Amino acid sequence: ADTLKTHPGPYSAALTPTPRDDVQNYNNFYEFGMDKGDPAARSGGYHPFPWTLEISGLVQKPQQIDVADLLRSADLEERLYRMRCVEAWSMVIPWNGLALHKLLERVEPLPQARYVAFESIVRPSEMPGQRDDFSGITWPYREGLRLDEALHPLTFLAVGAYGESLPNANGAPLRLVVPWKYGFKGIKAIRRIRLVAEPPPTTWNQLAPQEYGFYANVNPEVDHPRWSQAQERVIGSHSLFGEKRQPTLMFNGYSEQVSSLYQGMDLREDY
Amino acid sequence: MTKHWRFVLYPLGLLPALWLLKQGIDGQLGADPVNVFERELGLWAFRFLVLCLCVAPLYAKTGLNFLRYRRLLGLLAFFYASFHLVAYMGLDAGFNLSILLKDMTHRPFTILGMTAFTALLPLALTSNRWAMRWLKRGWKRLHLLVFPAALCAMVHFYLSFKTLNDMSAFYGALMLCCIVVRVPKWMKGIRKTIPYGRAI
Repeated sequence: ADTLKTHPGPYSAALTPTPRDDVQNYNNFYEFGMDKGDPAARSGGYHPFPWTLEISGLVQKPQQIDVADLLRSADLEERLYRMRCVEAWSMVIPWNGLALHKLLERVEPLPQARYVAFESIVRPSEMPGQRDDFSGITWPYREGLRLDEALHPLTFLAVGAYGESLPNANGAPLRLVVPWKYGFKGIKAIRRIRLVAEPPPTTWNQLAPQEYGFYANVNPEVDHPRWSQAQERVIGSHSLFGEKRQPTLMFNGYSEQVSSLYQGMDLREDY
Repeated sequence: MTKHWRFVLYPLGLLPALWLLKQGIDGQLGADPVNVFERELGLWAFRFLVLCLCVAPLYAKTGLNFLRYRRLLGLLAFFYASFHLVAYMGLDAGFNLSILLKDMTHRPFTILGMTAFTALLPLALTSNRWAMRWLKRGWKRLHLLVFPAALCAMVHFYLSFKTLNDMSAFYGALMLCCIVVRVPKWMKGIRKTIPYGRAI
């Protein structure tokens, strides 16, 4: 991984980062397999660069962005964000990258644009999980946000973590980070971003709509059908009897910044 | 094997639990040790339950006789199910009563797991000669509870994964086989109990 030049960005809470080893070796990235060790173990043959990110759809100025240029960009920020997985574990990760709204402003969304649709890469030759898989996922992995969510200053496009370019396992070369939503919203290895008028289909929502909503906001009061979301296991202690457990915070601790986005909505209905 | 096989096989069967415990204490269960510990214990419970249910059809179809180990396998399944339950309640839920109560009343996933355990409990308690003598023919009938337990455990196990995968497919299929091979015999049994010539 290459060292990145970054400067501290806003919204970094006073938190202790999770050990880097855990972040890089324990995650979900089904393109490489279903086990949480698979992304690190089976992504050696994946060579993301050169990489062009396409931003198109309902925009004034569609763009093809060379991601290598983004990595060299002068305004890369570091943001220390909480990350809460829908499986009830959590981490704290120092991401490097830039706010998504900066890229979206460059393409000038049209007034009809109301949602943002994201698509991952399909590259079965380098991604074993896209070859031998019967999870039921149809590739590419898809995610989506409402446009106002996508333009929110917390919403981040990470090209690195811990001051270095993103490891393959964490979604190289670039991934979405939406810290107030469950981790599966953070689509990895993004190939295409399109601005659209209707809510786009999203992978986990298609697979199990009663378990994974379009919004997927972290919410301790709305449980997953199979487990409670009231508390979370804190990754990093590596100790069976010392593993920390903490109450999950509304919007993963970012209520102050984002609750206004959902005013008047029933978050049990729109989970 | 000598007549003292019990003293070897019980500790041997409990070895995986001890090994998991040791790894957990040494910090070798990875980034999310509680989750691994809990799941592995559940998986061992399921493995022993499958093995236990293999014994009778294996004898019937191939003549291989492991009948003397059936109680051992059943009890090991029960022991691991208990460890699994304690790990879930204590280590995972942190004995948080409101979480546990909601899990037990609202979530089919947890309810199925608890039902399987509850069905295994009387079987474990009556897995001795004294209880066999006391219950007489009822003992056999009581121990049919192993089948609903196995079915609940199977669905619970399947639901513990976010998607279908090789592990849930393999063990699920194995358990299903153990149950399905018995169906013809059960059908025969039912036919026998229906008096001939009477409409039902």
